[in-house]
Amino acid sequence: MDWNTIFITTVKASIGLETVVYALAAIGINIQFGYAGLLNFGQAAFLGVAAYGMAVTVATFHLPFWLGIAIGLVATVVLAFLLGIPTLRLRADYLAIVTIAAAEIVRLIFRSVQFSSVFGGSDGRQNFSGDFFAMNPYPPGTYGIGPISFNERVTWVLTVGWVLIAIACGLVYLLMKSPWGRVLKAIREDEDAVRSLGKNVFSYKMQALILGGVIGCLGGFLFALGQASVQPDLFSTEFTFYAYTIVILGGAARVFSPVVGAAIFWVLLVLVGNTLSEAVGAGLLPSLFTVNNIGAVRFMLVGLGLMLLLIFRPQGIFGDKREIALDAR
Amino acid sequence: MRRAVIAFTAFLGGLVFLLSSPAWADGEALKGTLQNQGQPVNGVKISVAAEDGKPVGDATTGADGKWEVPVPKAGRYKVTLDQSTLPSGIALKFQDRATLDVQVYEGSERNVLFALVPAGQEGAAAAQSSSDSPSIWGRVAQLTFEGFNLGLIIALAAMGLSLVFGTTGLTNFAHGELLTFGAMCAYFFNVVLGIPLILAAVISVVIGGAFGYTQDRFFWGRLRRRGSSLVAMMIISIGLALFLRYIFLFFFGGEGAPFADYNAQPGVQVGPISAAPKNFIAMGIELAVLVLVGVALLKTRVGKAARAVADNPALAASSGINVDGVIRIIWTVGGAIAALAGIMLGLSQNVGYQMGFQILLLVFAGVTLGGLGTAFGALVGSIVVGLFIQLSTLVVPTELKTVGALLVLILVMLFRPQGILGRRERIG
Repeated sequence: MDWNTIFITTVKASIGLETVVYALAAIGINIQFGYAGLLNFGQAAFLGVAAYGMAVTVATFHLPFWLGIAIGLVATVVLAFLLGIPTLRLRADYLAIVTIAAAEIVRLIFRSVQFSSVFGGSDGRQNFSGDFFAMNPYPPGTYGIGPISFNERVTWVLTVGWVLIAIACGLVYLLMKSPWGRVLKAIREDEDAVRSLGKNVFSYKMQALILGGVIGCLGGFLFALGQASVQPDLFSTEFTFYAYTIVILGGAARVFSPVVGAAIFWVLLVLVGNTLSEAVGAGLLPSLFTVNNIGAVRFMLVGLGLMLLLIFRPQGIFGDKREIALDAR
Repeated sequence: MRRAVIAFTAFLGGLVFLLSSPAWADGEALKGTLQNQGQPVNGVKISVAAEDGKPVGDATTGADGKWEVPVPKAGRYKVTLDQSTLPSGIALKFQDRATLDVQVYEGSERNVLFALVPAGQEGAAAAQSSSDSPSIWGRVAQLTFEGFNLGLIIALAAMGLSLVFGTTGLTNFAHGELLTFGAMCAYFFNVVLGIPLILAAVISVVIGGAFGYTQDRFFWGRLRRRGSSLVAMMIISIGLALFLRYIFLFFFGGEGAPFADYNAQPGVQVGPISAAPKNFIAMGIELAVLVLVGVALLKTRVGKAARAVADNPALAASSGINVDGVIRIIWTVGGAIAALAGIMLGLSQNVGYQMGFQILLLVFAGVTLGGLGTAFGALVGSIVVGLFIQLSTLVVPTELKTVGALLVLILVMLFRPQGILGRRERIG
């Protein structure tokens, strides 16, 4: 058992690319689910259309990088409208089914052979991150403390990522203290009461859906740039489920809980994964466990964790039991 | 440091591998049957090349006229029939179509048809452009048949889902795993233990029912009594679905596999439809089960009670119906018919750990189209969805047929959210 490696990879996972991406996706879900009570199970699609919007603009049509970002953002907002208009007037579980279906539609179109000249099929798109890394202010080298360090490219991606997370958290904090945020929380608690006060509930829900989608889509950009490629299967429905696990783990309707939740989630996932694979390598586990199937064990634990959290501690680590949307309608 | 990087890369690689879903069935291939006036033509050489002209493989048709060339991945391929190997007296109908350019989609086998005629009757391709497919009505009939086949499987799954929703309000995202569970059980008995598939299926359906009963007795029932909210239970069902799916992956592995029996049945021709006999028998069983469940819902005391509970649990309870008992029966029957649906699905595709999840969205589409919470609505909606998926391949590529069905789901939400047989007040 190489505890040193396990320790280093685990610490790196706590601030790594996955944590950043999932934190941004989870902040978006926290606005939608935590504050507004909307069950958007299609967050992966929001990240997907943003990442593909940028990647396709740059890699397929050879247009400028910033135009790609703009197109990604526009695509996210359009998707939010498309999903929101039919479902936001209906009960919570309809939105869940429609968004999950939409996310599958988006993924299937991205990976289809039919459109592979645009989206690149199941191989996705590469060669679009040049302009982003050309802006990298860090000279080549490694940055960090001792063995816990990243090269200049990863450092640049992580810097941008954590700055975006800070901005997003600040925005959520200010918004939720504002009258707008109070209306949103009121909608979560009792939609009819808010409507009786003359507020346009549909419009507020739509704004929450768009805002959550846009914050999530920043994660999509970073996911694509950090890996310098996009693949359709990165944006499967499981992505959304993990992001929900993160929100519930941290505690819904708290500003920082998605970030802390993402860090804890990835630390646990990497720790369990590496420990198991080291244990298999050292022959410490029964022969039922092999290098090929221990990956599944980690995600079994995710599912188990999600169930246990909701049954025994629905408010997560930091949440307030009175402030969670689980009793919505 | 170096090892850390390697470990981390390996971890990321593993993650990408895990997150990426395998295709429906593995192994893309090109295949076909050469026939001249209904008689198989053997000994004809057919070669396949990639788009850039690199040869992929070749095959010679057997005594039944069949040939098959596996290809490495989805993409466009050139299929060439070597005309010098055609028996004398037989010629290609269109001389300029000895090489066909075809598209192979992810995970599917592509049928390639060469039209043959007695020598001397060949014509130019321009004369009849749709020559490589049977008549359009033949295709419609074939696709309608396949649509019913799929629709009945969806309907079996949808019945349970819809009744559970109607009686408990739970949108159960783990319902797909009930299908996978049934298929996995049957696979275990059939392939690992060597029990004939029919017996294995019967055992699996019983175990599936027991699984449904256990889930309600020890899990969902307890949660209901604790007063867990519906949204919480919905997310719990997602957790349960993930948990079960990765247990299946752990024991079964990521590759799909067929049952041991009824694998390679030669197709039979019934009117315009050609299908393996197992499909007809499977459809018969599915129809029989659906009719049985439907009659039970309409005629038996338990069925009437179930519909009453689905209508209004509080009122049903106050009129003396044992609501928890009824719900438990629904879970048991729902689990059993879901297991049957899984076995039927495994019979028409392969058994794989994601099969249930992949069809779950179609089940939701069927249930929503019919009206959430109504048993007969689910039946009608599912068959419409199945038909729509297969018939849509007339105009959209096969790989995108699911997209059409899911789009319909969204459109139904827009224009008639209560579904075909649903009632307005449910959607509020």
